[in-house]
Amino acid sequence: MSSVARFWRKIPQRYNLIGTRCTTCGRYFFPPRSFCPDCRRAGKIVSYKFPGTGSVVTYTIIRTASEQFEQMTPYALAIVKLDEGPLFTAQLVCSPEEARIGMRVRPVFRRISADGESGVIHYGTKYVPED
Amino acid sequence: MRDVAVIGVGCTTFGEKWDTSFRDLFVEAGALALEDAGVSGEQIGAMYVGNMSAGRFIEQEHIGALIADYAGLASTHIPSTRVEAACASGGLSFRQAFISVASGLEDIVVAAGVEKMTDVASGASVDALAGAADREWEGFVGATFPGLYAMIAHEYMSRYPLTREQLAQVAVKNHYNGARNPIAQFQQEISLETVLKSTLVADPLRLFDCSPITDGAAAVVLAPLEVARKFTDTPVRVLASAQASDTIALHDRRDISTLDATVAAGKRAFAMAGITPKEIDLVEVHDCFTIAEICAIEDLGFCRKGEAGRLTEEGVTALDGDLPVNTSGGLKACGHPVGATGIKQVCEVVMQLRGQAGKRQVDGARIGMTHNVGGTGATVAVHILGV
Repeated sequence: MSSVARFWRKIPQRYNLIGTRCTTCGRYFFPPRSFCPDCRRAGKIVSYKFPGTGSVVTYTIIRTASEQFEQMTPYALAIVKLDEGPLFTAQLVCSPEEARIGMRVRPVFRRISADGESGVIHYGTKYVPED
Repeated sequence: MRDVAVIGVGCTTFGEKWDTSFRDLFVEAGALALEDAGVSGEQIGAMYVGNMSAGRFIEQEHIGALIADYAGLASTHIPSTRVEAACASGGLSFRQAFISVASGLEDIVVAAGVEKMTDVASGASVDALAGAADREWEGFVGATFPGLYAMIAHEYMSRYPLTREQLAQVAVKNHYNGARNPIAQFQQEISLETVLKSTLVADPLRLFDCSPITDGAAAVVLAPLEVARKFTDTPVRVLASAQASDTIALHDRRDISTLDATVAAGKRAFAMAGITPKEIDLVEVHDCFTIAEICAIEDLGFCRKGEAGRLTEEGVTALDGDLPVNTSGGLKACGHPVGATGIKQVCEVVMQLRGQAGKRQVDGARIGMTHNVGGTGATVAVHILGV
């Protein structure tokens, strides 16, 4: 079981897709980085709120999961490319048959997992097919 | 830098070893390697041990000291160091031992690897293994290891001609080899149908596309080449040692279905050995999943991207093919005790080069390669060995 602080400190990023952007080279980061891999010390990092729309680069249907996610199987997991460029991993809220590469998706706020019966409930961003 | 040789190898049988503890495993592998090398404990200058997650699997850390202690070397106060890089822990352990001997700092060095995975329930082991990827941004949202490699497979199959049958052939071939390896976890051949009808784990990967949960340990003894013949008539030279890293998360890679760390480590290794892929007689690659073997063959430079499926189907990578891949049975059939795998790969190549691989012997093998991957490609170790 993780501490509450470990989850709590990432709430802005996980709930609202607050990432970062390097104003030196213009590259966007989600998951956020505080150090630009291209500019390194010459980079200047600022906060950036992603609208969150993007498309599916690849996906899978998870049928055997770790303990925390066992109850949710089968679920679709994807690498989503945000319109600003960065790629990250998120669950899709759709049927296994619906998932496909290239699908346009938009973010939704959802429960991700629970830390046991008495632990913290983790919320975050999942993705649904764009209408 | 001094030339370095492997003078002894030892490996436990791999499998679900309910009656064998973590300590039993590495003591057995170490004793076999020392016996093979004709070396006594007092002669060992240092030890390195690859281990991914004893903390999660048996709630034990401080593995370096534990191993020295139970190997009976506490009184020699030998420097003993644990090396961790997820599933590449063994490969990095071997590389650290190589560097230690090549530098001239130590003469006789043991490189070992050990993992005891079946002392926790399978859900807990899936979770521990997920720690090899990005816990904060992959594991947190429910990514499993098979799931990440499944996403590599989907992306690969959307770009290159790879059929589901060709993917399954990787497992069929590795089980064929495993059936000829007395230490393998699965010593039976399987059919394409067995793979294609097995239960889905993470689409498109099925149970028989995945390496198993395994207990096991392996150890090798290294020495300067100039003294190696004092210990053995068949020293196997380490021609190259290379290591590379990449982003921890799959989603941050330049290309989802190319392991750039494999490409980098492979190129460095070929340059160090001064040879080309054509000169390799056999290779042990990191087939944690069938798609991983396909990517490895291509990313190491044995063929162009998109060709490994066809080569597998045509038998090029089979035991009697032009480039036998995973003669041990690979991670798929020999088993994958994560920290031990990189060392087991070296054991297999050494036995092949000595002509001691029995029913799976590759005739006239002179140069072999090992390829060990941590996570989805965030760490890669490549070694070339030759006689």
